[in-house]
Amino acid sequence: MHIVVCIKQVPDSAQIRVHPVTNTIMRQGVPAIVNPYDLFALEEALRLKDKFGGKVTMLCMGPPQAEDALKKCISFGADDAVLVTDRSFAGADTLATSYALAAAVRQIGKEQKVDIVFTGKQTIDGDTAQVGPGIAKRLGLQLLTYVSRIADLDLENDTITVERRAEGGVQVLKTAVPCLITMLEGTNEMRFAPLENMIHAARYPVRKWNKEAAGIEDVTKIGLKGSPTVVSKVFGPTPRAEKALMQSVEDASPRDVSLNVIQKIFTQHPTLERDILAKAAV
Amino acid sequence: MSEAEPKKPAARGGRNLELPEHLKAYKGVWVFIEHDRGEAHSVSWELLGEGRKLADTLGVSLSGVIMGGPDEPLDAIAKEAYSFGAEACYIIRDPVLKGYRNEPFTKGMTDLVNKYQPEIVLLGATTMGRDLAGSVATTLATGLTADCTELRIDPATRALAATRPTFGGSLLCTIMTLAYRPQMATVRPRVMRMPDADTTRTGTIIEDSLGMIETDIVTKLLDFIADENSNKVNLAYADIIVSGGKGLKNPDNFKLIWDLAKVLGAEVGATRPVVQSGWVDAERQVGQTGKTVRPKLYIAAGISGAIQHRVGMEGADVIIAINTDPNAPIFDFAHHGIVGNAMQVLPVLTDTFREHIAMRSRKAA
Repeated sequence: MHIVVCIKQVPDSAQIRVHPVTNTIMRQGVPAIVNPYDLFALEEALRLKDKFGGKVTMLCMGPPQAEDALKKCISFGADDAVLVTDRSFAGADTLATSYALAAAVRQIGKEQKVDIVFTGKQTIDGDTAQVGPGIAKRLGLQLLTYVSRIADLDLENDTITVERRAEGGVQVLKTAVPCLITMLEGTNEMRFAPLENMIHAARYPVRKWNKEAAGIEDVTKIGLKGSPTVVSKVFGPTPRAEKALMQSVEDASPRDVSLNVIQKIFTQHPTLERDILAKAAV
Repeated sequence: MSEAEPKKPAARGGRNLELPEHLKAYKGVWVFIEHDRGEAHSVSWELLGEGRKLADTLGVSLSGVIMGGPDEPLDAIAKEAYSFGAEACYIIRDPVLKGYRNEPFTKGMTDLVNKYQPEIVLLGATTMGRDLAGSVATTLATGLTADCTELRIDPATRALAATRPTFGGSLLCTIMTLAYRPQMATVRPRVMRMPDADTTRTGTIIEDSLGMIETDIVTKLLDFIADENSNKVNLAYADIIVSGGKGLKNPDNFKLIWDLAKVLGAEVGATRPVVQSGWVDAERQVGQTGKTVRPKLYIAAGISGAIQHRVGMEGADVIIAINTDPNAPIFDFAHHGIVGNAMQVLPVLTDTFREHIAMRSRKAA
């Protein structure tokens, strides 16, 4: 069995700071990590490999330094890694990204047939959840999004049964392999990388593919040129026109401040007080 | 959030930003109407409310798209859609459309768009809407903007200007699809205000067919296991929410949030860092990657007010913020600000609310 896991290297958003005056992202010193949602996909792929044998190939599109993210995945137990990197990919939106990644999956498939493609639910920097479905559509793979559990994989008959998170419940879906799965977060826990794996990963020769090696057929479909969406502006949030009524416990006791706030909100919103009283009466 | 109009972006990297002649025929605003077990998802009505404004600005019509099985109440859902502002509903009834599956829904939606050519297509950012939107946009090779918090028409280009948080919710960006049609966007539930229903409004049904049979479809829906309602937190629809952030320092202090919530009959919410630290369950997370809420009262204690949290709760009618830092961003959009240590203020506020409620209840009795 051959599984391809797509990952993205992202800035650790917990550590992103925005410059208060210029509203630009301060990237200096922000560590790059494997998109946390992708680790659930990788762990699920590794579990399938533990059970059924086979090979897990990592795939990432990004700048040369994204190699580090792929090496991290090798340390967890992935077998091979391909970094699709070319200046012409820069500025890609989700449509152009899925075009490039789909081409690369096709190339990987020429080396060894691919049974399952995994992606994370979404990334923490873009939060779109669009690239997984995009790759599936381009490759004609059955699409299973927000999968919370793989209930059954039957490699003799090439079928897979999964549980998929839906609104108000869980769908149980059975489909054919090959397919693309976007894995829901919190569904498994990433294993620890043993020391020998880390040494192996540090030395692992990640394969770097430019656009030709990745099998890109139409250069108008990649990068900025292949992106229908246009970012017209980036800006910081604006304060509300009306400033908050501010009180400080330095000027009045917490008790007086509390009384004051309660009196103000209930005078301004009498229905709110009625609602709260009605609830308290029950 | 900002009143400034987005500037028309300059063409870069040799890409065409003019709408090609053949795409100018695309007219009208569509909303995908999501329904499940006979009931439409309220995000569809929120989108119709927003779609109505876009359609009026453009001077075009607003339509709903409803797909489902022949034994599902699609006509009743269409009627409801008219009451929220749709003038027409495109309906595809087919047994294979009972229960959401990507393949038949993608085909149905893609075929309808190609046939009737709407300029804007809006979907709810639910597990169904996101699954479908990503597939349809790829098949149609057009632009899709996820999780928008504001939708407007850019007066210069008449294009959809879709604003969404970016970089993990630390900034906002406005995104347009200029040279492709339709322009697609998803919006999370509760982000847009629920429009008022007017049941006197009527509309037209346009029936279409799917042209697919069950044996064409590889994926089978074996079962649907409904969530148990007993222990479900209904944060998105709570009237009063008391939320805590990392300013509370430790999980023990977070109990002060529960105490106040109990007195007010409120739900408990939290920021992403609090959820990531495991102080409360993920279903209580308010913000861009959690729930969007629109309560009547939102009390934020020890929360700085990062955009990632703000976009999830700024639709609240009244926001009371408690924070030690008078310059915390939360005071930029709260209605009442208390500068002070939440650990010190919360117990007093809880007692004062309790006394006030007891006093008023006595008076009422």
